[in-house]
Formats: sequence, C-alpha cells, structure tokens
Amino acid sequence: MKTYKDYEAINLSINGETRKVIIKHSDTLLRVLREKLGLTGGKPGCENGDCGACTILLDGKPVKSCMMLAIEAIDKNITTIEGLSNTEIQKAFVEYGGFQCGYCTSGFLLNAYALLETHPDADDDTIKEWLQSNLCRCTGYEGISKAIKTAQKKKAGI
Amino acid sequence: MDQYKVIGKSPPRKDSKDKVKGKVKYVNDINTVGMLHTALKTSPHAHAKIISIDIAEAMEKPGVRKVITGEDIPYIVGLYLGDKYPLALGKVRHYGEAVAAVIADSEREALEALDAIKISYEELSPVRSIEEAMNEDAALVHEELDTYQHIDGIYPEGDSNVANRTKIRKGDIDLGFEESDFIIEDTFSYPQGDHVALETRAAIAEIKEDGQVIITSTSQAPFVVRSLMSSFFNIEPGKITVTAPPLGGGFGGKAGIQLEGLAYLLSKAVEGKPVKVVNTREQDMMASPGRIGFEGKVKLGCKKDGEIMAMKLHYMFDTGAYADYSVNISRAAAIACTGPYNVPHLTCDSLCVYTNHPFTNAYRGFGHLELAFAIERALDVMADKLGMDSAELRKKNAIKAGDTSPTNSVMDENTGDLSKCIDRVKELIQWEEGTYIPLGENKVRAKGMGCLWKAPAMPTNTDAGAILTFNEDGSINLNCSIVEIGQGTGTGLAQILAEKFKMDLEKIHIVTDINTRVAPHDWATAASRSLFMAGRAVMEAAEDALTQIKETAAAVLRCPSEDLDVAEERVFIKDEPHIGLDLKDVVLGYVYENGNAIRGQIIGRGRYIARRITGIDKETGEGKPALEWTLGAEAVEVELDLKDYSYKILKSACVMDVGKVIHPDLARGQVVGAMSMGLSLATDEAYVFNSRGQVLNNDLRSFKIMRYGEMPEYLVDFVETPQGDGPYGARGLGEQGIIGIPAAVINALSKAMGMQLKELPLTPENLWRARKEENTI
Ligand code: FES
Ligand code: FES
Repeated sequence: MKTYKDYEAINLSINGETRKVIIKHSDTLLRVLREKLGLTGGKPGCENGDCGACTILLDGKPVKSCMMLAIEAIDKNITTIEGLSNTEIQKAFVEYGGFQCGYCTSGFLLNAYALLETHPDADDDTIKEWLQSNLCRCTGYEGISKAIKTAQKKKAGI
Repeated sequence: MDQYKVIGKSPPRKDSKDKVKGKVKYVNDINTVGMLHTALKTSPHAHAKIISIDIAEAMEKPGVRKVITGEDIPYIVGLYLGDKYPLALGKVRHYGEAVAAVIADSEREALEALDAIKISYEELSPVRSIEEAMNEDAALVHEELDTYQHIDGIYPEGDSNVANRTKIRKGDIDLGFEESDFIIEDTFSYPQGDHVALETRAAIAEIKEDGQVIITSTSQAPFVVRSLMSSFFNIEPGKITVTAPPLGGGFGGKAGIQLEGLAYLLSKAVEGKPVKVVNTREQDMMASPGRIGFEGKVKLGCKKDGEIMAMKLHYMFDTGAYADYSVNISRAAAIACTGPYNVPHLTCDSLCVYTNHPFTNAYRGFGHLELAFAIERALDVMADKLGMDSAELRKKNAIKAGDTSPTNSVMDENTGDLSKCIDRVKELIQWEEGTYIPLGENKVRAKGMGCLWKAPAMPTNTDAGAILTFNEDGSINLNCSIVEIGQGTGTGLAQILAEKFKMDLEKIHIVTDINTRVAPHDWATAASRSLFMAGRAVMEAAEDALTQIKETAAAVLRCPSEDLDVAEERVFIKDEPHIGLDLKDVVLGYVYENGNAIRGQIIGRGRYIARRITGIDKETGEGKPALEWTLGAEAVEVELDLKDYSYKILKSACVMDVGKVIHPDLARGQVVGAMSMGLSLATDEAYVFNSRGQVLNNDLRSFKIMRYGEMPEYLVDFVETPQGDGPYGARGLGEQGIIGIPAAVINALSKAMGMQLKELPLTPENLWRARKEENTI
C-alpha cells in the first residue's frame, strides 16, 4: 500500500486534464479544488456533508467533495461544474429558473446531470432520492424540478 | 395590452450563463497569495464572565501570526444600539459568541491553534426566554443598557431587558371593546431560527499605507458598512472602499454590518495585511445573527357581522443577546401591527427583548412576518367564534384607499386591492370546495389562509442612484448599487432601461460587483425597495441620457431636439424616421467627416430619494413611515394523518398586488422561494435549547430546512393596481411571499385537528403534544 506523508505532489485528473498539485494528506478534495486549483464552482456550504453545494462527479458518480480527501481521488476522473458545458440540464436550469443566488447550483447541476446519465428514465421518487442530498434556500425547488424534467425529456428526444 | 417592448417579459437573467458554469465569484472564492486567514474561538456558555484567556500556547502554533481577544479591540459596534464588541469583552452573552480570533498563514493553521487558547469562565445563569427576560427580578443581559449610545427613534429601557419599545395608540381602545360583540384574547409564538443562506458570511480587509481601508464582503449594504466603519473606528468615510460581489443568498442576514469590522481590526493587528474572515456553517448560525423569535398577545374585538372594532396588541421579540437590526424589526412590526385591516381602535406595544439566546437581525419579512402570524391566527380563532368563513372575515375588514394605517396615515390611491387578492387566492386553492375535507377515518385535508402587507422599514432619506455610460457600439453600462443576492434585480433594472431606450436587453450591460468608490450611493439591498427606488433612478438617468443624445443629434441633424426620438439604437426625426443617426456615432461625441468632434460622451445621471416619509411619535406612533404597501393573500392546503400527526403540504398559493410585474419569471421565483421559506419555518425551523441555553441544532444536519421533494404545488398570481410613483407602476415583492405562509399553515392544521394551535414549529411531535395537552385540560 502506498502511503502519503505531509506535503506531497499528486496528479489529479480533472475535467479531462491532468493537474499536478501539492497537497497535505489531510486536505479535502473540495479545498484542493477551490484553493489550489482555482476551481471554485464547488462551494463550502457546510463542510459537513449536509448541503451538497460541494458536489463533484467521481467517475461519473456524485460525491460530496467536502467529505473526501484529495488523495482518495487519485486515479479517478473528477468532473467539476467547470467541466460541464452546454448540457441539457444547464440549458434547462437557465430556462426554468433552476437557480437564484447560484450558490447551490453547481452541486445541483452535477447531481442532476449524473442522475440523468445513470437513470435516463428516473421517476419522481428516484429524482427525489438523488436530489435530497442537496439544499437550496432560494428557489423552493420549483425551477429545479421543472428543469430536471425538461432536460430528461429533451435527452429522451421527446 | 402589450404596449411594452421588454417590460412584462421574461428574458434570461443577465447572470444565467455564469451561474450554470460556476463562474460567478463570491467573496470566499477570492484567495490571493499573502492573504492571511482566521478562525474564531467561540463560547460554550450562554452567559458567563470571562475570567482569563491564555493565548501563549496558541501563539506558538505553526503558521500563527497573532491571536486577538476582546481586550485588544475594545471598540463598540452595534448597528442601531452600541451594545456589542467585535469579540466578547468581560462577559459572553450567548452560546457560540466569538471570544478570540487566530490569524494565521492558512485557515487550517488558524483552526488548529484554536484548541490551544485556554479560556476560563465563571458561568452565570442565563436568561432563557422572553418570559424570563420580562420577569421583575430577571437577570440583566446588559447591566449598562442605559449608558449605551443609540440612534433616535428607539427607546431602550435601562435596568431591564427591553432594548426598544414602540407604542401605537389610535382611536379609543376602551370604546372599541365596548362596542364589540365578540372578544378573543390569545398568545401566539415561535422560537428563533436562522436564515440559512447557503453562502456563509465572509469579509476580506486590507489597509493601505495611506490609510485606505479596502473591504470585500458578503454584504447587502456596502454603503451602510462604509458609514458604520467610519463611525465605529473613526476612519474618514472617503478612505473606505467596500465591494460587494454577488451573494449566495442573504434574506436580511447580510444587511447592516457583519464581519467587516472584525476583518478590519484583524488586518490592523497585522500591519494592514489582507485578512480574510469566513464563517463556518456553525459559526454562521451562532456567532453571526439569526432569525428573531416572537411572542404576540392579541386581544381582538368584533361586531356580530365581523367588523373589527378594536385590537390590543402586545408584541415581544426575542432579539437574543444583542440588538442589531432587531430593535427596528420590533418597530416595523408596530407600524404595521394590525395586518392589512382597517382597525379604528388600537393600542400596540412592540418590544425588543434581550435574552441569552444567539443574537438576531433582519430576516425576510422584517416584523411583518411575525405580526401576520399573530393577527392571521387570531382572525381564524375569531372566525370560528363568529361562525363565519375566515376569508369573508378578512375581506370584510380589508384595508383600502381612504382608510388609515396604524400610524394614522391615510392609505392613498396607490393602495393595492386586497379583496381581489383574496378572491383570486380562493380560486387557486379551491376554497369553495371546502376547507375541511375528511378522507376516510384517519386522514383529513384542510385549507388555511393568511394575508399580508408590508412596507419597507428604512430611514426617511433612503435613496438610490444610477449612472449610465456608453460603449463604442452604442451599448449602455448600467451602474446601480443593488447587490445581486439571487433576486435578479439587475435584470429588472436593465429591462427598465431597455424599455426607455426601446433597445434590446443584450445591449445593456450591468455592473455586478458593487464598489462604493465608483457606484452611486444607495442605502441597501434590503426592505424589498430595490426595484422601486433604483428603478426610479434608472428612469431618471435614462431621461438624462436621452436628452443629451437628442441635443447632440439635433446639432448634427439641424433640427429641434424635441423633434427627435430614440429607438432601436438610433436617434431620428419622429416624423421623418429615415433621417437620423446611429447611437454609436453619438454617445461618445459626434465626429464630422473632417475630424471635428462635438459634445463628447453621454453620461446619464439618475437618483431617487424616498418621498415624504417621517418618523413616528414616541407616545402614539403617529406619522407616515411607509413608502408604499404591498398587499396580498396566501393559502395552503395540507393533508394530515390523524394517527401519527404526520402531514404533507399539498398546495401553497399566493396572490399579491405588485402594481406591475416587470419580469414575470423572476417575480414568480421570488414568491415561490419566499413561500418555501415560510413553509419550512412553520413546519420545522427552530433552535432547540437545553437548560443551560446552549443550542443543540447548530448545523444543517439537525437544523432542518426544506429539501427537494418536500415542496408543494406552488400557485402564484398577481394583481396589478399600479403604484403611481413606482417605475412602470411596480412596487416591491421580494420578501412578501413569506409573510402570510406560517399563519396559513397553522390555520390549516388547526382546522384539520379541530383545535386552536398557537406555536411553531409544527412538527408532528409538537402537534401530538398539543393534542395531548388539550386532552389533559
Ligand atoms: S459543503 Fe459539502 S455537503 Fe455541504
Ligand atoms: S439558488 Fe440560492 S441556494 Fe439555491
């Protein structure tokens, strides 16, 4: 087993690029992305696993980046909001008011994107189960819900 | 109908693309090399004397530059009432109060040093409720209250826990009750909670060699920060620059002054180096202010036919350990104390009360939320007593033009149409189908209503400004000082400007980071007055720029400037529209073929200051403190399981008279978001205290706000009775959607349970408890 001590240079694969970064072994992935790599799209809403504002994708699965260490992400593909472009879900968020202040938005988008990739035909219960891990204080979830359903239909070509 | 080009339409928000790409930079996204970071040590006690603080060991920790305690920075801060130090000095007054700050090279190092700070306390018995605070022999949260400095218009009562009392006296209260056929008297309450903006508060401060103070912060009120920093720390206002980037939500919690003062003092302690202070979630809930608690006693008298004759109101607000905005919340609640009803005989005492709870400040609804809870609940109790439909009772007493407000000012022609709102909300929620519908043995569906009104609570000289400059392509830069807080007012203001220029919205560029050095003065992004007041300033700035454009064009086209019109990026002769100039050739000065240039660039200037607002009389409350009133009606439908008291909110409806809807989608978004906060507050949100006054749920795992999937079907509509002095007839709507909701929920559940509920939050457990208590009486 490989061990990491104190400061160490590691490679992370982020949004299709390899990024070299010097970390401390106890650094969370969220902090490394934000503070060392300038990828500030993920937000520290609680750093306690409760709000989902820090959500990123790890090999396509949504993960709360405040709850894992950066070293755990080695050899995995990380996707942050900066790596998501022009997707149906982003377009639908704009069209249906999926955000107001935008602080929760990166997390919601990545989570919803992964959901629609994994379960293109997700029903209401599945959508709820996935998205309950994220909090939004501004929208009352109406716009988010409409956006997800629209993106789902668009992806299915309906 | 559609005489407008952009007003009343829903173009995409100006910030859409960046927000779905994670590109908006919030305060905490800013990190520069050399910036120092901080961590706060907070109090484990609700009330205690600080005996000693030992920082020696912490100072030795790696990366630590300084450890600062209250004694190092003994400045009095406090928005309206000087009752607070940036770090506790001598005494802590609430659980989670900041006591010491570590400045270090990194946040991690600062955090790691916290444990090494040794503080010894002598615990004092905490004041744990409004009731305890109001006891004759109550412990005093502030022994020296009568020596504190405060603004005019608030009245702290020395030697007590009352930070402010506002009195309203109207008509003859005794006569009012004599003439009443039915009288009810009851108390309704709810505990403190939190705003839970997803972005926690943060501030960065730096002091330049010449004394310039540079602040970047999560502020709804950068100009208030500038002026308070100046008075707290004796800095020339002109030497302070405050920048407010877009916020991750605020809801009132980022109004006034927050971490800016502390960040400045910490920077000063390290020779002015840039210092960043960021709240953890727990600190954002405890060390920074949350939502006020409330207890309202209502005595209400009516005629047989439901006509309200008298109200005797006693409102008490739990401000917690410090007064901040809350002394003005209790005042705002007095000014609007009756809710949107015509009440001839009235007394109200509205008190802001200190306890050893966490302190509080502005929260969406600002006092109107609390008073609506009391009044609307009382109206339902009265309707039951009268055997009258509660919506009818509301309609019968709905305030209208010509009636007088609680402060005895006449409601003018701009008063919205509450009856129409009630009728429409009844349709939306299908009131006539029945408000109590049993579904088999153990389930019932029930509906409840709550009406609302709100006027901005703000200084009488509240103002706004707008500056327009132009680019080579004829596009306009709109420089206003409304902070982007999620509401999207920038887009609404751009629409107003685009309408004036009859121009595409894409050609209007808005400034998103508000910087007090360059932006026009503006009171604050609060009180739902931004679109109204900045909107007026934008209209004036547009007129100013259009006049200048026409003057330049008139010289070139050799015609009177009155004959000119501007549209579609051209200035042209009205009745010969083919004769004209492109705006781009005019806005930076017109250049003739031979190179001669005339007139120079166009700079549009606009301003607005609140019209004819006054303070209120200390003894009677008489005065005209309200700029405009937004009225509305809300209703919810719940489905309750009578076996275990679990329930679902099925529908939530709101109809407001907003004068004119500028951007229907954004307006709906504000209303829906506000309703969801109201639902969440009513059903679940409250601090839980133990017997020592410690808060047991100071994180988002245990303090539950609404999650995805828990939302009801939202039903929203608007009535448009124009506000004569509003831009295109519009009035404020950002906060209002929350106001009637907690009352509507408790009214619906009271109906469903067949009993009069009186307290929030309405968790199934609390419903069960209420039923049990009723059975034992
Ligand atoms: S910051 Fe990671 S869940 Fe809240
Ligand atoms: S948009 Fe503000 S928290 Fe979701």
